[in-house]
Amino acid sequence: MTQKARQIGDTLLKVEGVSLTFGGVKALTDVSFEIREHEVLAIIGPNGAGKSSMLNVINGFYHPQEGAITYKGETRKQMRPYAAAKSGIARTFQNIALFKGMSTLDNIMTGRLLKMHCNFLLQALYLGPAREEELRHRASVEHIIDFLEIQSIRRTPVGRLPYGLQKRVELGRALAAEPDLLLLDEPMAGMNVEEKEDMCRFILDVNDEFGTTIALIEHDMSVVMDISDRVVVLDYGRKIADGSPDEVRANPEVIEAYLGIRHN
Amino acid sequence: MNDTQAEAARVSEADTLDTFPKLLGDLARRTPDHPAIREKDYGIWQTWSWGQVAEEVRALACGLAAIGLKRGDKIAIIGDNRPRLYWTMTAAQVLGAVPVPLYQDAVIDEMVYVVDHAEVRFAMAEDQEQVDKMLELRRRGSQIEQIVYDDDRGLRHYDQDFLHSFEEVQAAGREYDAANPGFYEAAIARGKSEDTAILLYTSGTTGQPKGVVLSFGNLVQTAKNSIGFDGLTKDEDVLAYLPMAWVGDHLFSYGQSYVAGFCVSCPESHDTVLHDLRELGPTYFFAPPAIFESILTTVMIRMEDASWIKRKMFSYFMAVAKRCGIRILDGLPVSFGDRVLYFLGKVLVYGPLRNTLGFSRIRLAYTAGEAIGPDIFDFYRSIGVNLKQLYGSTEASVSITAQPDGEVLPDTVGRPSPGVEIKITDDGEVMFRSPGVFQEYYKDPEATAQTKTEDGWVHTGDAGFFSENGHLKIIDRAQDVGKLNDGTLFAPKYVENKLKFFPEIREAVAFGHDRDYCAAFINIDLEAVGNWAERNNIAYASYQELAAQPEVLQVIKRHIEAVNRDLAGDPQLAGSQIKRFLVLHKELDPDDGELTRTRKVRRSFVSEKYAKLIEALYSGTERMHVETEMTFKDGRKGIVAADIDILAAETVETAAPLKKAS
Repeated sequence: MTQKARQIGDTLLKVEGVSLTFGGVKALTDVSFEIREHEVLAIIGPNGAGKSSMLNVINGFYHPQEGAITYKGETRKQMRPYAAAKSGIARTFQNIALFKGMSTLDNIMTGRLLKMHCNFLLQALYLGPAREEELRHRASVEHIIDFLEIQSIRRTPVGRLPYGLQKRVELGRALAAEPDLLLLDEPMAGMNVEEKEDMCRFILDVNDEFGTTIALIEHDMSVVMDISDRVVVLDYGRKIADGSPDEVRANPEVIEAYLGIRHN
Repeated sequence: MNDTQAEAARVSEADTLDTFPKLLGDLARRTPDHPAIREKDYGIWQTWSWGQVAEEVRALACGLAAIGLKRGDKIAIIGDNRPRLYWTMTAAQVLGAVPVPLYQDAVIDEMVYVVDHAEVRFAMAEDQEQVDKMLELRRRGSQIEQIVYDDDRGLRHYDQDFLHSFEEVQAAGREYDAANPGFYEAAIARGKSEDTAILLYTSGTTGQPKGVVLSFGNLVQTAKNSIGFDGLTKDEDVLAYLPMAWVGDHLFSYGQSYVAGFCVSCPESHDTVLHDLRELGPTYFFAPPAIFESILTTVMIRMEDASWIKRKMFSYFMAVAKRCGIRILDGLPVSFGDRVLYFLGKVLVYGPLRNTLGFSRIRLAYTAGEAIGPDIFDFYRSIGVNLKQLYGSTEASVSITAQPDGEVLPDTVGRPSPGVEIKITDDGEVMFRSPGVFQEYYKDPEATAQTKTEDGWVHTGDAGFFSENGHLKIIDRAQDVGKLNDGTLFAPKYVENKLKFFPEIREAVAFGHDRDYCAAFINIDLEAVGNWAERNNIAYASYQELAAQPEVLQVIKRHIEAVNRDLAGDPQLAGSQIKRFLVLHKELDPDDGELTRTRKVRRSFVSEKYAKLIEALYSGTERMHVETEMTFKDGRKGIVAADIDILAAETVETAAPLKKAS
């Protein structure tokens, strides 16, 4: 990999001793790790390892029974989604959560919502400051459209787009919020090789051009190893490894979890 | 006396504006605020006037001089149609350097030959993708010394000192200009009509590409003639979306624009062309038949999904248009009732349809390169789009023949263009002589001598004849016209074109030379057949799977039988009826070398690659297993395996016994 424009910096987000249960099911057990500024961190693990739960905890959708999360120096027992979004965390979903009937442009525009300050009436009338604001937001959305090379589907309702492109639109919407921390839930699931390669390139470009910190979940090992700076491995809700892709690849416990040998 | 003086003044003025840099200077003086070029960027059309273009080119030319571009150097230009790439052409021409545009989707192996053969030392690349290709060429030992790029996306970590951004070069150019007053003007003044303006490599259906050298005189004169022929003005709007390395784009989007002073618009990306076309509404449009075909296919597909009333209205008024639309366009007498109906149709159907297609303002549209289906041709003309055919080649700076207004026949390519002489040799080959005749094939005197006679006549390699009305009719490539074993004439292209007129058939390759009967490979059109499959509840996952569906094969079979009935009507070609055919398991693709970059079938290559399948066509086999290598879009190769059914199609017995061709 070429050298990064921004060096990996201090801890941006720290997860300490997080445990999450749903009734009798232990989704996460005493998980701790940190996400550093400007890095690409992958959270991997077999199906049901607790990856999505982890992401949902970080972004405040699930509230862990134990543990704490420190984001930008502020420690909380639990995050609320609204507060997470407001403080610069954006995410995409494993099952695409776009507005199917709206165009690509409008979907990405919704990502700007928290940045809009004019009141409802002004916006409805498209007057003075609202108009100016709209133009400004539109310009930044156009930059994202250009960045993700989706000009040709600008006006297409997203429901009509193939899966790979919908994923890209969802990434666009997350980017529109200009996040400091971008959470991607299985960005490459269900894609063909070409779409995966495109997505990898966009993830690396986002990290490189905007310096956005990225935490992504993926179970395709090969993809993860190529694009991540660091990898955290979960298995049955526990962290079993944390380190550079090479370290993780050589870790016997990881090999065991993935290949399923010698399980008692 | 006065007349001669005026004439002399006109001639001398025309003489002084004999290169594109001089024409640009003239436009910047006369119409500095008239739009010259547009590009859609971040969703908005950005416009540069002739005055602004002149300044951009000035800074760029001086900057290129500052990094060492000199008279006689070659500069490769590679990328989609972008204003900055067009400016690079002019800037190079200012300095007396020669632009060598390359096909932007070409893979490295194809570029190596051209870049080495042209001794390219400089390159202007659109973006990271193209820069990477140039860097790879350098690694492979090409002589590229300096690379300039337009879009810096993804190039931040490229720290090679021979790599320059466009802005950097222009900034250096402004300094250079200030330090060397008079340099720019002197450089322009040195340019002469007979200087080389551009080096265009032909895509080459056979063998290595050849570099066609065209002078300023060739291009400027051809542009002037064609502008006069069609009455083009500075108020035209043109969409530049065809490859810059193709002579057609060079004449329509560059040559004619500089001579007539009209505005050229560059689409946002190659995926948005149809959308941008609609937004722009050009007045003058050029497209190969495939584009007109795919636009029509899209319309038909959307009409099938439309409501009942819209479908009825569409089919009723299209019938009206078919009856009288073309006559109205040609200014022929039409009954009052039909005129009223056509007017109604215009309000209800043709107008909105033309608007949807981006043809609301169109005055003139051309198609060339391949034969266009009469149905497709008539469709556009009947809704009032003045679509015409022309016939040309790189060696002629495009124009050989064109259809004059009011004399448009679907099966001919028109009369000789202004200034062009045409003769037919005894073998039936078309030859021409014109002011646009190329100088030579670069560094290939042998090929030049084979193609161009000493008195300036050029062999086209096409077989054709003049029909009674003085229009030229092209049958096929002279070398492709063959004979069946029983001696009947076999014109593969003629048969293929008839097949390709069906929207479901994207590509066809016919065989028959030195064989007992005619047989064909078919490529289905994924969009058209896919839509049909969807409506008929046929599930498929890929091209290969769809192509093997028995229902699809039956549809293709019906089309082939329709073509056979059609061919049977022509005693000369009745022998070319297709007896057996198969639907290929993969699309023919330029990346696999099966098509040229301009999407023409490379017949000999296909025959070699699929020799097994051809044998199967002639051996009575009904099913054949094949494995074919195929190149993916990222350059990797893979193998596709398939079992292909070979089907028989019914042929029509001709009433009279087949005559042997004499």
